[in-house]
Amino acid sequence: MKSTTKTVEGTRPAARPPHRARWIARVRAFALKLATALGTLFVVSLAVYSLQELLPGDPAVAILGEQATPETIAAVRADLRLDDSFLVRYGAWLGDALLLDLGTSYRSGAPVMETILDRLPVTFELMVLAQLMALAVAIPLGTLAAYRAKTVFDRFTTGSAFAMISVPEFVLGLVLIYYLTLGLGWFPTTGWVAFGESPLENLHHAFLPALTMAIPVAAVYQRLLRTDMLATLQEDFVTMAQSKGLSTGHILFRHALRPSSFSLITLAGVNTGRLLGGSVIVEVLFVVPGIGQLMIQSIFLRDFVMLQGTVIFVATAYIVVNALVDLSYGLIDPRVRHRSA
Amino acid sequence: MAQSRLAGEKPQGPASVADPSSAGAGPNGGAVPAKRKSRSKLKNLGVLFWLAAGWLAVVGLSAILAPFLPLVDPAAQNYDAVAVPPGTPGHLLGTDSLGRDLLSRAIFGARISMIVTLSAVAIGILVGGLLGMLAGYYRGWLEKVIMAATDALMAFPALVLLLALMATLGSSVRNLVIGLGILGIPAFVRLTRASTLVYAQREFVTAAKSIGALNRRVLVREIVPNLIPAVGAYAFIVIALLIVAEGSLSFLGVGVPPPASSWGLMISEGRDSLRTTPWITFIPGIFMFLTVLSFNLAGDRLREENDNKGGNA
Amino acid sequence: MTATTQPAAPDTTNDREPLLVVDDWKTYFKTAGGLLRAVDGVSLRVDAGSTIGLVGESGSGKTILSRSILGLVRSRRKVEPGGTITYDGVVINKLSPKERRRYWGKDMAMVFQNPMTSLNPVLTIGRQLTEVLTLHLGMSKALARARAVELLESVGIPEPKKRADEFPHQLSGGMRQRVTIAIALSCNPRLLLADEPTTALDVTVQAQILDLLDEQQSARDMTMILVTHDLGVVAGRTDTVAVMYAGKIVEIAPTKTLFTETRHPYAEALMRSIPTMDAPNHTRLFTIPGRPAQLTGEPKGCRFAPRCSYAQEKCLTEQPPLVAPERPDHSFACWFPVGTKPGQEALERNLSAGQTAAGTSMSLMTVLGA
Ligand SMILES: Nc1ncnc2c1ncn2[C@@H]1O[C@H](COP(=O)(O)OP(=O)(O)OP(=O)(O)O)[C@@H](O)[C@H]1O
Ligand SMILES: [Mg+2]
Repeated sequence: MKSTTKTVEGTRPAARPPHRARWIARVRAFALKLATALGTLFVVSLAVYSLQELLPGDPAVAILGEQATPETIAAVRADLRLDDSFLVRYGAWLGDALLLDLGTSYRSGAPVMETILDRLPVTFELMVLAQLMALAVAIPLGTLAAYRAKTVFDRFTTGSAFAMISVPEFVLGLVLIYYLTLGLGWFPTTGWVAFGESPLENLHHAFLPALTMAIPVAAVYQRLLRTDMLATLQEDFVTMAQSKGLSTGHILFRHALRPSSFSLITLAGVNTGRLLGGSVIVEVLFVVPGIGQLMIQSIFLRDFVMLQGTVIFVATAYIVVNALVDLSYGLIDPRVRHRSA
Repeated sequence: MAQSRLAGEKPQGPASVADPSSAGAGPNGGAVPAKRKSRSKLKNLGVLFWLAAGWLAVVGLSAILAPFLPLVDPAAQNYDAVAVPPGTPGHLLGTDSLGRDLLSRAIFGARISMIVTLSAVAIGILVGGLLGMLAGYYRGWLEKVIMAATDALMAFPALVLLLALMATLGSSVRNLVIGLGILGIPAFVRLTRASTLVYAQREFVTAAKSIGALNRRVLVREIVPNLIPAVGAYAFIVIALLIVAEGSLSFLGVGVPPPASSWGLMISEGRDSLRTTPWITFIPGIFMFLTVLSFNLAGDRLREENDNKGGNA
Repeated sequence: MTATTQPAAPDTTNDREPLLVVDDWKTYFKTAGGLLRAVDGVSLRVDAGSTIGLVGESGSGKTILSRSILGLVRSRRKVEPGGTITYDGVVINKLSPKERRRYWGKDMAMVFQNPMTSLNPVLTIGRQLTEVLTLHLGMSKALARARAVELLESVGIPEPKKRADEFPHQLSGGMRQRVTIAIALSCNPRLLLADEPTTALDVTVQAQILDLLDEQQSARDMTMILVTHDLGVVAGRTDTVAVMYAGKIVEIAPTKTLFTETRHPYAEALMRSIPTMDAPNHTRLFTIPGRPAQLTGEPKGCRFAPRCSYAQEKCLTEQPPLVAPERPDHSFACWFPVGTKPGQEALERNLSAGQTAAGTSMSLMTVLGA
């Protein structure tokens, strides 16, 4: 990323290619990225499907449990096409998955996709809240730490950030519960209230889980932004902005922040996908009915089809979000937006 | 002739006044010799690094020597001292709700955590390093296949990948090592591939090739030694990640199976009585935090050091 | 010689009030190699409405001096151990950063060396102009926008309306420098500091930019400090020229005087390095032997001595003061000035010895006395 922001000027050919050539080049780059994402998705789906092969013994038995009757086993074997070759089975499964059909749970009888979509809003809400909290903390702290580099303030915030990166999420969550919930009684212990039911209660319940997710993320963001901001503050255009008599706040947040936040935005984008699948711990800890909890439940219930479904769903979300981040990169940086190739 | 003032300087062309760039040429314009010179600057790593290293040494040594240390049996239940707080005579860090000594359990827990993460990181380095080197050295379709697989592995959030693997394979220490090992592979593939790409272009490699050295020999003799510092520093950070991952799995109940004690499991065991006996959770929590922090600190510092040395790669 | 072929600037007008007085100013940096004396006791008097050229090779402290005048040296290692800077009767170096900032953009403005890096890459040209107008002149957004377009037009940017919506990377280097000039001029500053405004540009564009500055300077009756490492640039455009070496002014005089009565060997050497149009194609450019001065450590004697063909024992031990023995407006700091009897003798002594007192071989002193 660094290199693109720095070298665009020098490497640009003197004469711009005609508009059409640029357009074609952009479409080609787009297609390449799309193809890469699709390729990864394909490999991932293959890997997830192959998990079934790793199940010890007869998959049908493993899926149904020891007390299954021969009839139900036969039904499942037929359902999963276990008598067909791997490729045929995989093809059929992939075909269904492409039609958004991830099968039906043998435990609850519920369609996997439906269950996931039911729980998606919860996980999504946590992700959005966590991202917002993390950015709200990290942007001012990272910027000011860079502006006051090597001062006590900088050492303290950057040091704390480093420590926060090293706190395992479940330890952090327990510390927060111990002090804020058990000690001060500010938050409900566990559970969830749907947003539709009571928006305020919903936020009250969501706050602590989101905060638990946000703190380590904020720490990473702070460090990243500080590093990039330090580099930006050395740039001539910052000195120039100063010489214009602009206030420090204006220079930091209007002039320096945006050119310093390309890696931050990329990382935040990647995290969007990661947090969607990475809220397992928090959802279990705070008993939040999201996708992470669903995943753990299906593990303990030995609901293999459901597990497979959630895993492929999360991985797909992750890849798609990353691809979108990659593609929208140009929207942030005008130099990339106008670049010819 | 020019004497004292310019002594030690190479004779140089006269500097043109009209050339604004002449001041820009720094003293380190030349390429840095790839092979490391001396390790004399070990002291420059800073206080924090040595504090971290100290903690790791203490934890590591007591984990290795645990059976020989004068510790209470970690599984022994002392019904006279159930859930006593830290500082109780005989139980320095207190006991859990079954009366088991927390210090002893934390140290034996370190044993498991260390065995698991170190083996996993070894797998990551060996498999990932080898694949990365092959990809970076031979390029072509081999590289494409390896990188596609790596990308696919990285397309899972770490914990989801682990959960899926553990759920399918069943939880045991061996499967945990395999799972964590797989988790560590992609990072090392990327790292070693990138460095190999750079080093494969360097003079000493092209020179070795031009005198007819075998590829294998070039890889082993010329490239591997250059990868070691970066991989070493990175290993610290990956270990930190894996400790957390192992802890998370055990915390969720799909990691190390119960009779054994691992930090994650201990933390999860104390959860239900968090209000009344928080130390049962926080003692192993602190152990874990300090260890992860130390690995991160040490790795970060070593990486910085490498960057400074081989900065102009 | 070159100087005579250039139209000489009019003599300095002394009836003007000084707008800026720099007195014995020092800017040092703490570095690993010791205290670096980037600006080491510079005194300057800039009359309102005049143009002064600041000339010296790379690293001589021109940028640091001009930024010190604004108060824009950003470094934690900076030390400012002494001197005063008086602007319009106010000792500005004593002001708080906030008070000092009030001068920036409004009273004093700066044009930077490299237009490629001095514009913010993610803000439109228009934004970068209007923000100063709204800040300092309290203009409304719409008014500022209209004024911005006018300004762009006045610095010779074609299609200013369209350009205002573009980003810096969509403009050529010369265009960008015009934009930075427009920004600098936007609030009608009384003092403009142009730090090598043309160094990063193509030769053909250089003259245009300099002419633009010239034109704007006289149109606005602005005071200008023009920093450059090329004496040729200042020749026709400045009233006074100050030659800097190793953080000190070694010679300062009205432009014409400096060219005709050069006294400092360094200024003389710079003079010889001006390429001339009428010189035959492969003429070797004069170059100054040795490397730029070491700025760290206690200065002992004249900093230029190691590279000077006039250097004598005295130059190695005693620092020459900046004095004006001939005319009140022509000062130089040299024990054996060029074109004087002591200077001539010193040169001959060195020529017959084959080396200078600093030990530099005379054969390295190319084309001297050609
Ligand atoms: N922030 C800083 N810290 C330490 N030393 C510095 C700093 N900024 C500049 N210097 C040093 O001060 C000296 C003068 O630098 P300055 O930029 O003023 O030179 P200059 O005459 O403008 O040269 P150029 O023609 O290359 O622009 C140089 O030796 C430079 O290395
Ligand atoms: Mg400069």
